[in-house]
Amino acid sequence: MSIETIEKQELLGQHAGPAAEKSKRARNIVFSVLGFAAASVSSFLIPDNQNVDDKVYRIILIGLILCYILTGILSCREKTVWNKYADRAPFRFAMGILLGVWDLLSTKTSILPLPFFPGPSQVTAVFSQDTAFLLQNTLYSLRLFTVGFLAGIILGVVTGILMGWFAKVNYWVFPALKLTGVIPAVAWMPFALTVLPTSFLAGVFLIAICAWFPVAFMTAQGMASTQKVYFEAARTLGAKQGYLLFHVALPNAVPQIFNGISTANGLAFTTLVVSEMMGAKGGLGYYINWAKAWSSYDKVYAAIIIMAILFSLIMKGINLIKDRLLVWQRGIIK
Amino acid sequence: MSNENLIEISSVSRTYTDAESRDVNALKDVSLSVKKGEFLSIIGPSGCGKTTLLRLLAGLDRPEKGEILLDGTEVTAPGAKLGYVFQQGSLFPWLTVKNNIAVGLKARHIYADNKSEVDRFIGMVGLDGFENSYPHQISGGMAQRVAIARALINNPESLLLDEPMGALDAFTRIDLQNKLLELWKENHTTMILVTHDVDEAIYLSDRIVIMTPRPGRISEIIELKLGRPRNRGSEDFTLLRTEILEKLHLASKTTEPEYAI
Repeated sequence: MSIETIEKQELLGQHAGPAAEKSKRARNIVFSVLGFAAASVSSFLIPDNQNVDDKVYRIILIGLILCYILTGILSCREKTVWNKYADRAPFRFAMGILLGVWDLLSTKTSILPLPFFPGPSQVTAVFSQDTAFLLQNTLYSLRLFTVGFLAGIILGVVTGILMGWFAKVNYWVFPALKLTGVIPAVAWMPFALTVLPTSFLAGVFLIAICAWFPVAFMTAQGMASTQKVYFEAARTLGAKQGYLLFHVALPNAVPQIFNGISTANGLAFTTLVVSEMMGAKGGLGYYINWAKAWSSYDKVYAAIIIMAILFSLIMKGINLIKDRLLVWQRGIIK
Repeated sequence: MSNENLIEISSVSRTYTDAESRDVNALKDVSLSVKKGEFLSIIGPSGCGKTTLLRLLAGLDRPEKGEILLDGTEVTAPGAKLGYVFQQGSLFPWLTVKNNIAVGLKARHIYADNKSEVDRFIGMVGLDGFENSYPHQISGGMAQRVAIARALINNPESLLLDEPMGALDAFTRIDLQNKLLELWKENHTTMILVTHDVDEAIYLSDRIVIMTPRPGRISEIIELKLGRPRNRGSEDFTLLRTEILEKLHLASKTTEPEYAI
């Protein structure tokens, strides 16, 4: 098998280190792909009980196997990267087994009844059968999310700065913030749909308002938590109000601002899907509603998978920006 | 007012309200002149108001009575003319060593024309190679060097040092004391150092101000006639240390007991 040859290459490629370390690495890579390998074997060898197209599912399984072998070999070079890889090995194994069991219970034996519980083959087949429409709705969601979320963050940071810096603004705005903060943003839906001309703008409004609250709150809190000594040090160095605000209080608040953005991200994504399901004429939420009307549960699950991937990618992007901006924290906070 | 006096403190008083809402006389009727270019130390037991006096000098706090003049102008707010070195932890954690030192120039919008100054001051305090380190990555002694360089880059009339070596170990402390003398000679900055370390005060100062607590006031000003560089083991040094310690002891004996307010 290809796994074995690559495993051998990996063993030969390692010049330094004891043999035990090498075989441990090989075992971790094999462990990572073993679940997916088992799922592929059962998909190829056991005959289908349902009339489905297994192609995409099999491509994904083999793709995952190749991907984990490759990243496993590449991550050998650096210890921290490798440790992270090795740490996830049992999880990957379990994922593979889970996929295999799902496949067995549905496509292979129909123990899970259709149309409510389609197998992995049927769900993934949607990606190739309905590519254009799915992609269109994904992009629609992405557009709505980006515009609404960015608007919410900008609005939140600005409000937070004003609240954190001017006691008067805090006095008047904080109660309003607290009030809107406890109301789920989708409760504004009827209002938004009535007042705003398009459902897109209504969605932007809802997402922005739900992101606004945690970001504004955390920004204000982060600025207020600035130690007195930083302000005093800056003032003895000749700093005026503008400098104190933008170069002392604001950088001090950046870690908290990102806490706010992470919280906002979850809320905004929920709001996105709910608002699309309620009023929009496009987007993944709309797609789910539409698929449900046709009892195409495979499409519902396919859309859910895309949402999961989309959400974790957005989360990853935010964390990348955060790590870049908070280099100075590396080593202080684990 | 004499021309060579840089700072004139006249009859300054400051009262605080403590946690039990009692009034505490942090400073009562304190007067002091600081000569241009001198190295002055303020020494005394905790609670004698030495840090309060330094904060008033810097404009970080305002006196209730009396006034403080810098070059004939009243000090009403902190600014670049009076550099201040805090006890510890005053570096901006989100800025590198280099950018911490550049804060004074950036805050006064003169950074673009003086970029080379930052490197010069990094070299002056011996931190070459640490320009891009963050405050949490360097030692306490190095952090205080950064704090001193950061204050000196503004070329202040006077550098106010609030126990800058209080949190350092003995070796680092001696090292930093020598560095401070070096910087003092090089930049001709008037130094005002608050400390509770008698040796440090004798090693560094032209004059030592002894303060006593409750209420905080100046009990004595000692003019040091020792030559430089000073030897901590010399007879004169030891005699002076004994004399100051006795005075501090005596001073704290004659103060009012704590319960009689």
